[in-house]
Amino acid sequence: MLTLSRGFTPRAATIAAFFLAAGLPLAAQTSLTGAGATFPAPIYQKWFNNYQSVGNVQINYQPNGSGGGIKAVTEGTVDFGASDMPLTDDQLKGFKDKHGFRVLLFPTVIGADVPTYNVPGVTQELNFTPEALAGIFLGKITTWNDPAIARANPGVKLPGDKIVVVHRSEGSGTTFCWTDYLSKVSPEWKSKVGKNVSVNWPTGIGGKGNDGVAGLIKQQKGALGYVELVYAVQSHLPYGKVKNQGGQFVKADLQSVTAAAASVKAMPADFRVSITDAPGAGAYPISTFTWLLVPEKISDDAKRKAITGFLKWAITTGQGSVEKLDYAKLPRAVAAKEEQQIAEIK
Amino acid sequence: MATTTCAPNIPAPRRPLAGGLYKRLRGGDEVAYLVTLICATTILLIVGLLVVELWSNSRLTIHTFGWHFLTSSTWDPNGGKFGALPFIYGTCVTSALALLIAVPLGVAASIFLAEMAPPSLSNLLTFLIELLAAVPSVIYGLIGIFILVPFIRDYLVPPLTKSFGFLPIFQGDFYGVSFLSAGLVLSVMVVPFIVSVSREVLLAVPVEQREAALALGATKWETTWQIVVPNASTGIIGSVFLALARALGETMAVTMVIGNTPKITASLLSPGYSIAAVIANEFAEASGNLYISSLIFLGLVLFGLTIIINAIARIMVLTTTRRRA
Repeated sequence: MLTLSRGFTPRAATIAAFFLAAGLPLAAQTSLTGAGATFPAPIYQKWFNNYQSVGNVQINYQPNGSGGGIKAVTEGTVDFGASDMPLTDDQLKGFKDKHGFRVLLFPTVIGADVPTYNVPGVTQELNFTPEALAGIFLGKITTWNDPAIARANPGVKLPGDKIVVVHRSEGSGTTFCWTDYLSKVSPEWKSKVGKNVSVNWPTGIGGKGNDGVAGLIKQQKGALGYVELVYAVQSHLPYGKVKNQGGQFVKADLQSVTAAAASVKAMPADFRVSITDAPGAGAYPISTFTWLLVPEKISDDAKRKAITGFLKWAITTGQGSVEKLDYAKLPRAVAAKEEQQIAEIK
Repeated sequence: MATTTCAPNIPAPRRPLAGGLYKRLRGGDEVAYLVTLICATTILLIVGLLVVELWSNSRLTIHTFGWHFLTSSTWDPNGGKFGALPFIYGTCVTSALALLIAVPLGVAASIFLAEMAPPSLSNLLTFLIELLAAVPSVIYGLIGIFILVPFIRDYLVPPLTKSFGFLPIFQGDFYGVSFLSAGLVLSVMVVPFIVSVSREVLLAVPVEQREAALALGATKWETTWQIVVPNASTGIIGSVFLALARALGETMAVTMVIGNTPKITASLLSPGYSIAAVIANEFAEASGNLYISSLIFLGLVLFGLTIIINAIARIMVLTTTRRRA
């Protein structure tokens, strides 16, 4: 081994260089940890990467599920959480009882669920009414040529094949959005099944993840299921239009999803709102916010500055990069209201 | 794997208690005894702690539902009603189907590899079959969805329903994902266990037994089937229990091809659910103490089943090898 001089061996030099390199970023950077929803994970990762140079903060995010995120932020093991569903009163109370102050919800991007299908002989886009979707998922409408579907699709030759319903096998925010919509448009669904990340489906088979559902639909003739809009767009899946409250058949895309969020009549102060079945022209009825969960009081000054800085950036500059990843951006009115809530973080 | 030699029995030290710990520890034997004792008790302690943790976290479910949990068929996370029966049924049906296919296949293959095949071919094939055990289960799941399920749907089920459609196990609509698909995938996954253990056990039968049979005028097959296999039967049964334990606990491959529908029906063509699959699917997003506690109790049920079966298998394999020594 080559020794340049006594004591200055290549081995010692490497060790010294390692500590120097490791020490440098640690010098002035704050680090935050977060955990939660998988649906917005791609856009959050992109935001955290971009924001690292802007705000000099390193943010680590674990997409282990909305349930996990809510649990983690309540326990205090992470600095912030993320959830695809608004926290229930019990969950808010649980946090407040444990910490003595509230947890605040900040909508970040908007997603949507789309109905995708595999009907032999049909290549056009199908129209679905709320009654048809509820009937299919309740197991009441069993064949494709049922009048409830045929009425909305004049001129399309629907076969008599049985409808095979495909849903998500694991708990997911996608299921929450879909069942939330069905609960709103069908009183029978609301009483029989309800809305949750995981429900007791009256009929159908379960696939794991968006890809599991899409795979099952592709292989099974007559299948109908729901996937996230982001996934459908990126995988070039055909999906149908859904009739909204105004009576139009709307296809899910970035504009119609943002329109759904913009048309919410009274945005509650805590942003816990469901935007499914939104009124408003051109609104896509099966849309949902996704939220970041941030505690109201953060004792560490550096962390508080980091989080509030990131939130301000995310709802303004960050929104510029969401559409490239096929997420819909927040309406400006909502973003403006959120800035007021950011000021409440002390 | 089974071995034909006995480990040397390190006896417990028999020095008088008076003399102090340090004096007793000076001999190498005593130190070896102590260290290995600590390792063994640590492992037992970990298993014990696992059971205690599972039990304490399931107490809420046991308190709410009692043993009725094990006989109820409703799984409604939203309504707060939980029952384990569809999952226990699915786990048992898929494992039984897997064994039904894998045992004849595996035992016949091991007989070929141990008795009939030339040694070079036997070693090569055994190596390849043991590689099957190294394939991750997610890969089996993917092969299941993309290759096995379409194959079953297009080529296996139509003739099956045409000729045996009157049987209740082949009735109803077939959507590809089903107990049948899960059982088939599981059988491929457990065959390597049966083959490698059975082959070792068959090879361990003393050559004198074979020679004696042949000397008495038996043919090669008569020797194999009537002398060698019965001699090795305890070991083969032990390997079957090992395969059953693997099949009971298999998660990823099963959840990808079973359909994830909690249903109890006699038909193998219907989608179903298993304990490991439901825990893997629902635990991450589960919120609410009763929901989480129910999933953990399901885990305890599966743990109990697997531990008991593994224990029986170990005892059986041990008895076979001790006898050979």
